[in-house]
Amino acid sequence: MPGNEWPLWEVFVRPRRGLAHAHVGSLHAPDAEMALRNARDLYTRRQEGVSIWVVPAAAITASSPDEKDAFFDPAADKVYRHPTFYRVPEGAPHL
Amino acid sequence: MSRFEYVLGLGDDALIAAQRLAQWCAAAPEMEEDVALANIALDQLGAARLLLSYAGELEGAGRDEDALAYLRDDGEFRNCLLVELPDRHDFGIAMAKLLFLSAYQKLLYDALADAPDERLAEIAANARKESAYHLDHSTQWTLRLGDGTEESHRRMQAAVDEVWPYTHELFAGDEDALVDHAGLRPAWLSIVEPVLAEATLQRPADGWAPAGGRSGRHTEHLSYLLAEMQVLHRAHPGAVW
Repeated sequence: MPGNEWPLWEVFVRPRRGLAHAHVGSLHAPDAEMALRNARDLYTRRQEGVSIWVVPAAAITASSPDEKDAFFDPAADKVYRHPTFYRVPEGAPHL
Repeated sequence: MSRFEYVLGLGDDALIAAQRLAQWCAAAPEMEEDVALANIALDQLGAARLLLSYAGELEGAGRDEDALAYLRDDGEFRNCLLVELPDRHDFGIAMAKLLFLSAYQKLLYDALADAPDERLAEIAANARKESAYHLDHSTQWTLRLGDGTEESHRRMQAAVDEVWPYTHELFAGDEDALVDHAGLRPAWLSIVEPVLAEATLQRPADGWAPAGGRSGRHTEHLSYLLAEMQVLHRAHPGAVW
């Protein structure tokens, strides 16, 4: 259906209880309910998740690739911003 | 009807429904729907394999699932006529058939899960979860197409009208059946009628009730479907990959 395509949705799946939803991909669907069902078919058929979010792709405000330097560069040379001096306690696997 | 023929009928319903749904693969309105229908077809095929394997054991003549699926002619199939009807590339017809079939399969598998046949109860207990999903999928589309545009409403109503007469066969009585099929119809109507109403579709009047599938008298459409489904196995018996 050229020119009459369903809107794009971004899909987020939470793989296990206790973990955060993570972006897994996108799909087309006519509305939110069908987007959830399509996401179930496309991304969780093999028990990959316990929860799904779908978000209209148009509702996401993304940082621009052109602003990459201004946004992300300053952090790299400030070593004190990185928690490399701490030992990760055992039993905290998802930090 | 023997237990063998009864289980064969259940397996044939699932097998023929799977084959019809698989014909939508790469032909559905959107790629996402291709995947959804192929997914449902695979669910049906999975149930068909378990049911036909069990039917083969009940018969005790050495026929396995492949022999039953690929080496019977149309007159030996026991599926209801509803599943063999061609979709004619009409998505509304595919959804009307799936709505009516999955509501029936859901209720039937629920009942069979408590039936005094351990093997069948086990198969039904697994399959009913899948039927619930098939029912949800077809319900969602019936609502959107029925209560959609003028054109989608017209076509969904035409599909429901065309398919409705074939639903009577699902509830044909059989004294030896494990489940009282006639007794399932009120529950089936209580699922299907509210969906049609919410979709602003007219529930067709009951009248003409074609039947014969359970005794092997099929529409001409089944033999074409079987020709496509069976040709490879018949040309290369026992071929594997």
